[in-house]
Amino acid sequence: MRFAVYNNRLVPEPLLPSAEKTEPISKLPTIPLQPLNPDFPFNPDLQTILTGKQLLLDELPFELEEIQTHYENGFLAYRKSIELKGKQAICIRCGTKDPAWFASYPCARCKESCTYCRQCLMMGRVSSCTPLISWTGPEPEAQPAERILNWAGSLSKGQKEASSRVVEAVETDSELLVWAVCGAGKTEVLFAGIAAALAEGKRVCVATPRTDVVLELTPRFKAVFPHTTIASLYGGSEDRQKHAQLTIATTHQLLRFYQAFDFMVVDEVDAFPYSVDAALQYAVKQARKQGSALVFLTATPNQKWQQECLSKKRAFVTIPARYHRFPLPVPVFVWCGNWQKHLQKNKLPSNVLNWIKHRINSGNQALVFVPQIEQMEKLLPLLQTLHPDILSVHAEDPYRKEKVQKMRNKEVPILLTTTILERGVTFPNIDVAVLGAEDRIFAESALVQIAGRAGRSKNFPSGDVTFFHYGKTEAMVRARNQILKMNQVGKQRGLLD
Amino acid sequence: MFSERCLYCHGKKEQAVSWTALFWKGESDLLCGACKAKLMVIHGDICSMCSRPLDELDSKFIEGDRCLDCVRWEKDSNWSGCLDKNIALYSYNDFLKELLSRYKFRGDYVLAKIFAVQLQTKIKRAAPDLIVPIPLSSERLYERGFNQSEALIIEVNHTPSHLLERIHTEKQSKKSRDERIHLQQVFKITDTDTIASKKILLIDDIYTTGSTLRHAGKILKQAGATQVQSLTIAR
Repeated sequence: MRFAVYNNRLVPEPLLPSAEKTEPISKLPTIPLQPLNPDFPFNPDLQTILTGKQLLLDELPFELEEIQTHYENGFLAYRKSIELKGKQAICIRCGTKDPAWFASYPCARCKESCTYCRQCLMMGRVSSCTPLISWTGPEPEAQPAERILNWAGSLSKGQKEASSRVVEAVETDSELLVWAVCGAGKTEVLFAGIAAALAEGKRVCVATPRTDVVLELTPRFKAVFPHTTIASLYGGSEDRQKHAQLTIATTHQLLRFYQAFDFMVVDEVDAFPYSVDAALQYAVKQARKQGSALVFLTATPNQKWQQECLSKKRAFVTIPARYHRFPLPVPVFVWCGNWQKHLQKNKLPSNVLNWIKHRINSGNQALVFVPQIEQMEKLLPLLQTLHPDILSVHAEDPYRKEKVQKMRNKEVPILLTTTILERGVTFPNIDVAVLGAEDRIFAESALVQIAGRAGRSKNFPSGDVTFFHYGKTEAMVRARNQILKMNQVGKQRGLLD
Repeated sequence: MFSERCLYCHGKKEQAVSWTALFWKGESDLLCGACKAKLMVIHGDICSMCSRPLDELDSKFIEGDRCLDCVRWEKDSNWSGCLDKNIALYSYNDFLKELLSRYKFRGDYVLAKIFAVQLQTKIKRAAPDLIVPIPLSSERLYERGFNQSEALIIEVNHTPSHLLERIHTEKQSKKSRDERIHLQQVFKITDTDTIASKKILLIDDIYTTGSTLRHAGKILKQAGATQVQSLTIAR
């Protein structure tokens, strides 16, 4: 669509009363905002859909005239979705600047060559003639709830301390990193803080990189906050137009929000490679209100964040021990020579073979992590000669769910996996091995997460964690040090028995 | 736009230098090896009329060198001879389905470039007088921002001849096969004068039932075209 600035207002071409010079929105130098007319009878449906969002015209089931009247009365704003600076384009929605992510096409809407962002294409195409629309009128009033939190569980000592720090962050609108070991019980740590925010009518968002986690968290939060409107957002979810006090969303879905949240939680910040980190930070910044509370949850902060914690540049709290008060299993490093060469000859290094035979004989289930799918496919038939029920799983495996379920049912003695099962999945009593721990794919955080699969249940709090390697890496050493350090701090703080 | 990344999956792609790469950027240098391998070029035994691969068809659906669908079209006096031949590049497998859906429904225009080399080869061989894109209704064109068939022509540096206009606006994919085939008029001709005794090549993204292309072929032949062939990405 093309627009003109007419009488100090932005007017879409189809609504212009006379022929004016029009431009795609990205080519206009400024877009005037209109003062709020408090007497304007705004449409509450539009308010519900648009508050705290940044949407495209195609996503709004309202006539252009109605949208324009809301703009003219100061209830909504048009913004550029693509900022053009000479030859460079910046996507205002997702923050992408890398020219490799932009392309252009002869556009039927603006009749010009239109630049579009391919990075966030799946959220609906934004281009140089596509405005982002957001609400600038009053927010819908929050429904005050009588009893917000419905939870009878209790917190461990470590959780309690973290929980009160989260409440404090909410009350002071500040930032906090919750560094909680795998199995510490970090979700419960949020309950009091979220309840405090909801009690004040604040809007809360819990964002996480994976849809699986959104699906797992939603029923838990619905049970704990039974009187709160909750939206559960992921690709293809049905809650898209719902205005909710509590939003549980994939980090991807944050791109549709704009200055929406008073309290934001970002789960598993470490699940992102460093390169994606900037994009995540951008999405979070756009989606939250200025000066709002922000809590990051992680079991394995990256090097940069760890350093910021140590040098006191970043407020943080640790839960160094699991809720069951047993220490984290510490990985053992075992050199296994050139295991890939062995695999080529359909063999395994003898210490690896012995480790696996030992699990089969003792009947203890195990996860074995392998860097690449191809290597795993080579390994599987070898191991199946030892036990026919051994299986393998990877990200694109169509039977991924079924295989994980079989593992849960204890029908599988050993499950081979790529890093796909490094987090999230919990089996109560397993041993863990990594074959080829020296591979670059096994970063410090991945190795800590992998080790964190063992000893999860209070009935089986220990578990063998062995990293078989062909040359110890810094990531391996760091991962082990991180685990040792957490156990040490846990002991000092009296969180371990 | 020589990039180190695969145009489709954005994964790192291994750089292979080839002579064609210097002149044309087609599938061979825009996609990574893994994505390229998922595009199945149509070859071997195919229906002489619509390019459908015959080896995946049960023999009861084959008559001579044609598939049964084409035999039925040609037996119908309404449709016989409306479309002389359809040429298709790739099998419409899950990968291509996803790719084309991102191309036209999500509007990822740049993906048209993937098909440029292959399209160019086929267009050259067909040597048409006019290349005609299957048009969209104005509503659909506005919604998508571009016509996916026209874009294919533009991306191989040919000039599309806009000889057709859509009469009906309802989405094809929402109609059953019967509805599509028996609908009366789908297109009208915008410029009758240029068509007489011309060889025309229609361009569309997918050949599904062949109904759209035959509707177009029928009125073009009625307007005096001597030959109407079509070229599609998928069959």
